[in-house]
Amino acid sequence: MSHDHKQTFITKYIFSTDHKMISKQYLVTGIVMGVIGVLMSMMFRLQIAWPDHSFTINEVLLGKFQQDGVMNPNIYLALVTIHGTIMVFFVLTAGLSGTFSNLLIPLQIGARDMASGFLNMISYWLFFLSSILMVSSLFVEAGPAAAGWTIYPPLSAVEAASPGSGAGMTIWLVSMAIFIASSLIGALNYIVTVLNLRTKGMKLTRLPLTIWSFFITAIIGVVSFPVLLSAALLLIFDRSFGTSFYLSDIFIGGEVLHNNGGSPILFEHLFWFLGHPEVYIVILPALGISSEIIATNSRKPIFGYRAMILSMIGIAFLSTIVWGHHMFVTGMDPFVGSVFTFTTLLIAIPSAVKAFNYISTIYKGNLQFNPAMLFSLGLVSTFVTGGVTGLILGDSTLDINVHDTYFVVAHFHLVMGVSAIYGMFAGIYHWFPKMYGKMMNKTLGYWHFWITVIAAYGVFYPMHYLGLAGLPRRYYKNTAFPYFDDLADINKVITIFAIIGGLAQLIFLFNFFYSIYKGKKATQNPWRSNAMEWTTPVEHIHGNWPGEIPEVHRWAYDYSNPEHEEDFVPQTVPLLPGEVQH
Amino acid sequence: MIINTILIIALIIGLPVIIYAIRRKESEVATAKDNNINGFLMLLFGIYVYGMIIISFLSYNKVLLPKSASEHGVSYDKLAAWTWGVIFFVVFVTQGLLHFFAFKFRGTKGRKSTFISHSNTLEFIWTGVPTLVLAVLIIFGMNIWAEINYPDFDSDPLVIEVYGKQWSWDARYAGKDNVLGNDNVRFIEGANTMGIDKTDPAGSDDVMTREIHLPKGRKVLFKFRSQDVLHSAFFPHFRAQMNCVPGMVTQFSFTPTVTTEEMRKDPKIVAKVKHINAIRDAKNKKLGEDDQLEPYTFDYLLLCNKICGTNHYNMQMKVIVEEPAAFDAWLASQKTFASK
Repeated sequence: MSHDHKQTFITKYIFSTDHKMISKQYLVTGIVMGVIGVLMSMMFRLQIAWPDHSFTINEVLLGKFQQDGVMNPNIYLALVTIHGTIMVFFVLTAGLSGTFSNLLIPLQIGARDMASGFLNMISYWLFFLSSILMVSSLFVEAGPAAAGWTIYPPLSAVEAASPGSGAGMTIWLVSMAIFIASSLIGALNYIVTVLNLRTKGMKLTRLPLTIWSFFITAIIGVVSFPVLLSAALLLIFDRSFGTSFYLSDIFIGGEVLHNNGGSPILFEHLFWFLGHPEVYIVILPALGISSEIIATNSRKPIFGYRAMILSMIGIAFLSTIVWGHHMFVTGMDPFVGSVFTFTTLLIAIPSAVKAFNYISTIYKGNLQFNPAMLFSLGLVSTFVTGGVTGLILGDSTLDINVHDTYFVVAHFHLVMGVSAIYGMFAGIYHWFPKMYGKMMNKTLGYWHFWITVIAAYGVFYPMHYLGLAGLPRRYYKNTAFPYFDDLADINKVITIFAIIGGLAQLIFLFNFFYSIYKGKKATQNPWRSNAMEWTTPVEHIHGNWPGEIPEVHRWAYDYSNPEHEEDFVPQTVPLLPGEVQH
Repeated sequence: MIINTILIIALIIGLPVIIYAIRRKESEVATAKDNNINGFLMLLFGIYVYGMIIISFLSYNKVLLPKSASEHGVSYDKLAAWTWGVIFFVVFVTQGLLHFFAFKFRGTKGRKSTFISHSNTLEFIWTGVPTLVLAVLIIFGMNIWAEINYPDFDSDPLVIEVYGKQWSWDARYAGKDNVLGNDNVRFIEGANTMGIDKTDPAGSDDVMTREIHLPKGRKVLFKFRSQDVLHSAFFPHFRAQMNCVPGMVTQFSFTPTVTTEEMRKDPKIVAKVKHINAIRDAKNKKLGEDDQLEPYTFDYLLLCNKICGTNHYNMQMKVIVEEPAAFDAWLASQKTFASK
């Protein structure tokens, strides 16, 4: 069956309903947003390391917000706010999950396209619209939203509290509302597609772990994103229509506000009911991608396939009942705090299972160090190093003294920021041949990987010590406290590593765009993988397979099966007579 | 400037690498040589991770907080030490295995991996052991959590209110009756910056201050309020923190055990202050006569730890712990609300 019908430039490249094109649109938008987000981090890292120094980049980009080398404190807060928002939502949610769910779900389950191509297109264009809005908020007269990416009211609700809480915050909220709509449409589409459109023989227990991770991620998204939407709507009401959901007893700018009876704690509950699952929305697809890549490049089955699925389900379930650990010091009932400590620390168990299973997968393997494999192993390393400090933050007692310090910044950047970005890079290197029919340059990939990993640890490892020394996050300079003077050197080290790491991403950008046009032509199955996507032709066709969709006979991880001569057995190869299924 | 040096080095290394990489002819799939090089680099990287942990531990230890200045903080530090033990053990073992295996099993030609799909025994072990360790940590932690949050209030704690506002702190002592007068933002007017209700007799003996003085050895019950946005009252040296939430009163209690004078003689603080003053002296050499930095002496701090707008970075208050007699004298010298 072939789906050749006339396509104009607009239906093929812009308002496309083909999942492969939509995935590329997500990826390129995500990369552009990522460049903006990383550039912002460079700007505020320069400020925090050399607070009274004039940098050309900041002078040029910030204009009136940085004059004579003095950065406006509000623009510093705005930079960290928008950096967080862009990286968490636009890069690591839409850019990562949007790209690879769209690319891989139909290809790996054996479907012609998503269940609804039209909704899929709508999902991308809503994401695009929200990206444009978020970026446009940078050009608001009084500056963009500056209340932190968690936008706690009253700071975010009252314009007198922060200049960013005027038009900047309005655009932020509208952008996020559209973003949530986009995510929900996308997630529903992924769930329906995985449940209904699997090819013959593709049982749930034969799905690659990538699909399991996208499927579970989509479910978490459907459960938690609507709650953020409600939080945002109530905030819009408080800001614009005089309601008091989050506001009470406020004296600001010389006058008492009329609001009475609300509580900002309500917002925190609603926000973190999404906010915590959100970190799993970010990291689970990265873990799924790395599972697939580590198995393929170890030429070995993923160790404990079923345990990997169970641990992802366990993480997904627990993720919805731990949000209170972000609020241990809000004055919440201490008993509730202890319940959240219990549920939070339980997450360490499935996470430990995953980490040990990765290590067992490479044990006695024949490791092929393609750039994708290196980034996947880098993910395991940062996931462990960043994850274990969760034992401190997840424990209500220990959280008291590190809450909102740089210790938190170090923890979540390693465990969900850097790890998820590594997962995204791994996915790009691995599936670039599938997306563009070209190979990415491996030498540049190696340089990109090694500089990035050295720099990433150099940035985030010392940062733990800043937090343990008592340094709060979101200070635009630390010179107001002589007590912190001895931390200035650590901050300089961190900034230098950050700049090196940032520059290394230029290698990636060059490699990505150069390879699209000038890369070597890809073969059909360059990594000798078992999964279904490599049975489609290199040149994209509408409907994915030229003839019938192949039937699936085995799981995705028959690597180095002793009953077969080759060290990989694609899922479409029938079982040998007498061969036992896994 | 160091940034320019980095940019120049990046250019000098980067361009030849890119030119070499795009002109190279071989396939873009890892070869035996790539596997070998990257396998060795993985081993080196494992050593880099270990090195970073050890070097940071040795060289940054001096910037960390000194011994706890509060009673519950001693238990806090003990729990933290045990948890750090677990963390370092896990990191050392897993990073070691990960990077060593990556090196040991780097791809070679003509070899096939060993087909191992799962092992129930192993998976039981690494589900069971973390569960046990976590159970111990949770129980240990919850005991201290209860000690902190359900203190013995019969011991007549000293009641102090801390009031956060953009971007400073106010403090209020409950006075002779040890009961804080009613308050609301709607009463804020002129000198009554904390919004105390003038008609409430309990408020007349309240004492408003711009410094917090604490008597050594007496339990203090802090009540926190905020005038405008969320703030967080963070006393790092006492292992204490609580958010200030507009519209509600939160609380935290601790017993200070080390006076400011005693802490200034603590070897860790002595070394830290010396280090800080050396840094400040070096800075002073570059500064003009009018901008000279004062020499630093140690004081306990109350700082804001919840993003609260423009001057969030500079919202501080001095905390002084002294002997009970000195404290009583200080408090008696302050004016009460009624006499202001």
